[in-house]
Amino acid sequence: MIIKIIALILALAILLMAIIAVYNKKLVVAIVAAGVVSLFASVLYLLLSAPDVAMTEAAIGSGLSTVIFFYVLNKIRKNRKDHA
Amino acid sequence: MLKKIFTAAVLGVFALILVNTYGFMGPDQQLNEVATRYAEKGPEEVGAANLVTAVIVTYRGLDTLGEVTILFLTASIIGFFLKTKKEDIQTPVNIRKTSEILETASKIITPMIFLLGVYVFINGHLTPGGGFQGGAIVASGLVLMLLANPLKTVNHKIITVVESLSGFFFVVLGVMGLLLAGGFLDNTFIAPGRFGTLFSAGAIPVIYIFIGLKVGSELSGIVSNMQETQKEEI
Amino acid sequence: MEQISLSHIAITAGILLILTGLWGILTQKNIIKMIIGFSLFDTGIHIVMVGVGYLEGKTAPILDEAVKVKEAAGEIVDPLPQAMVLTAIVIGIGITALMLAYALRLYQKRKTLDIQKFNDLKW
Repeated sequence: MIIKIIALILALAILLMAIIAVYNKKLVVAIVAAGVVSLFASVLYLLLSAPDVAMTEAAIGSGLSTVIFFYVLNKIRKNRKDHA
Repeated sequence: MLKKIFTAAVLGVFALILVNTYGFMGPDQQLNEVATRYAEKGPEEVGAANLVTAVIVTYRGLDTLGEVTILFLTASIIGFFLKTKKEDIQTPVNIRKTSEILETASKIITPMIFLLGVYVFINGHLTPGGGFQGGAIVASGLVLMLLANPLKTVNHKIITVVESLSGFFFVVLGVMGLLLAGGFLDNTFIAPGRFGTLFSAGAIPVIYIFIGLKVGSELSGIVSNMQETQKEEI
Repeated sequence: MEQISLSHIAITAGILLILTGLWGILTQKNIIKMIIGFSLFDTGIHIVMVGVGYLEGKTAPILDEAVKVKEAAGEIVDPLPQAMVLTAIVIGIGITALMLAYALRLYQKRKTLDIQKFNDLKW
């Protein structure tokens, strides 16, 4: 019962963060929101008794992919500053 | 206006398809035939306590081979695209200096993260984890190292050598399964050992170590290629 | 609340996440935003697949003191979707990084990330 309520809250948080990730005008906020979606999804996997998938999602989805997004964003911003 | 209608139509049709499949995506009451077979025969056939590992490394081992091949391809295409010319690299690079705390902490924590990654992929057949997770953890250790010292260059030669050697040994182990045991990637050509101990499950720990090294070096290659673009002039 | 199972919650959330991602891909004009949409789509598919494999009240497919080998078939969830999602996540990061590399090089060539400025093939 309590697990279902936690899962419901997690699902709502995932959807809220996904809408922020799509809608927000600031790219930094959007990227962080996409990372948070992955983090909450990994907790949801743990509730669905898939610890292997939860580990992978936590390490890759919210760790590495956010870092790669930020590397590209940083490069683009630096470019924009040089040319403006 | 027309574009909005088109978008709404695409989304609507997609939602309709997904909702219609909802009926048979619903949960079963018990395991299906394939999963029951894995659960009943898996421990004696393969000897791995973690059934997900048994499925990844042996039952669906060919899938995993294809998967690491795809990862290798994407990593090498990224390397090709983001290749920096020597003359484009700025000297001195105007990258913001990192804080003292991060630099000192990364020196202590990075080896521990690497050790954790290695632990995760050696124990893949007993506990949750395995080559893919361990490889990702090793790559995140590299990320911490690069964030602490942005000027550091990663030696791509080492990454390439580790990557290709582990891929080669992965295939060699698969072929040894074909020659000495039942089929490609069959793990029983090494004595299975006692169920639930570190030296068990035949060749699975060995295969998973190579998968872990391969995935770790590929992800590290992607990250370090991305990091090197920060030093370009343009 | 009693008749809704955990996998219903997960599958519904996954489907809505897939639709959100697709909506982002279709409506956004910034290439980075479109790539974020792709990664949301990816996560949604993974949640749906793990949700399909879940069985009410069963535990993770790892055999130890808690799950005896003899009665394993009655106590664990389906390991197959988990194995597939595991590999799919790793492929997903490869594809995302590839798209980002393309986006970076496109930006350096054209100094813009707006997808509507890339109209070379428009007739």
